[in-house]
Amino acid sequence: MPESPLINPLVLFFASILTSNILLSNFLGTCSFIAISKDWKSSFGLGLAVTLVIGLCAAISWAVLYLVIIPLRIEYLSFVIFIIVIAAVVQVLEMVIDRFSPSLYLSLGIFLPLITVNCAVLGAVLFMQIRKYSLIQSVAFGFGSGAGWWLAIMLLAAIRKRIENNPVPAGLKGTGITLITIGFMAMAFIGFSGMIAVQ
Amino acid sequence: MKSNYGKILKDGIWSNNPIFVQVLGICSTLAVTNNVKNTLIMAAGVTFATGLGSLTLSAIKDLIPRKVRMIIQVLVLSFYVILVDIVLRAYLPAVSKQLGPYVGLIITNCILMGRAEAFAAANPPIASLVDGVANGLGYGIVLTAIAVIREFLGFGSIFGMRIAGAWFTPWTIMIMAPSAFFLVALALWGAKSYTARAEARRKAAGAVRSR
Repeated sequence: MPESPLINPLVLFFASILTSNILLSNFLGTCSFIAISKDWKSSFGLGLAVTLVIGLCAAISWAVLYLVIIPLRIEYLSFVIFIIVIAAVVQVLEMVIDRFSPSLYLSLGIFLPLITVNCAVLGAVLFMQIRKYSLIQSVAFGFGSGAGWWLAIMLLAAIRKRIENNPVPAGLKGTGITLITIGFMAMAFIGFSGMIAVQ
Repeated sequence: MKSNYGKILKDGIWSNNPIFVQVLGICSTLAVTNNVKNTLIMAAGVTFATGLGSLTLSAIKDLIPRKVRMIIQVLVLSFYVILVDIVLRAYLPAVSKQLGPYVGLIITNCILMGRAEAFAAANPPIASLVDGVANGLGYGIVLTAIAVIREFLGFGSIFGMRIAGAWFTPWTIMIMAPSAFFLVALALWGAKSYTARAEARRKAAGAVRSR
């Protein structure tokens, strides 16, 4: 086991929501973020799904990393293994949700497969590997990152709804104004950085 | 056939530019655009992986069962990304360390999957290779332009060489995350307005001619 950084998992959880938001400071998951945030309800569903997937993947990948990859010395395969872990988690989660909550499945259904290629999930897993988090820290970091992504997409969906009818220069309509909005949100989130100092 | 490749190349670099038109792949690479050198290396990595990934996927497209298509695409693409990662680790360890997780994240860069799905799945291998490389280049050019602006205003340097004099006060915001979003939005705005104007001019010219 590696020497983990000494950060209280709870601090890490809140830091990954606010100060080092995976979307606003690391640009991860921007594609689906822009595509889905048109609609408030879908944003809620996707945010929930992403939070679950990142949290679970962080924990499982941690176990795979320290129990399989490092003992077998196959670090060069870690990207492929992580992707397979993510795809498997998404698949299993899809089946579990389908079995136990058909209504949630109906609302999440189309988003789940998309999450496999959401950069935020793989990004969180790779950050976990590089920063050598312990298991508890990984879980806190995973769920925190997911929650941060969720918070950001909900906020953006609300803002987009609000500016829908505003006069925007033709060339900026759609993606352009959305990117500028995200930029402002990122600036606002920088304001949190004095609160918790991590990284 | 040659003019066809030229068209694919032009599509990827300009008329169907992955950032301006398809709005794909912003995720993994914006993070490194505060430094021109890292951006160029990332762009080269993306171009390599998209090009060869499209080539491979196009060559084996008839062998892949439809149901497992996505996962096979991801696996093939991650193979090329692993190559990029290993090469960087071996020859440019400092850069590899700075890029951190972002090299691995090329796998989930939407451009790779996007091109595999939109082009390589329906076209012959060589055309797919050209298409992948063209998209990688189109992507790299935009990102490099953004990186030049960010590094110059943020550090007063380009390629790590100081260009601005001592009077220059670096714009700290330029090395932070928000500026990347703003610059992409501005670039998008410029490209869209230019295209719209060119279109209008072409239409006007056509109207005059038809009269």
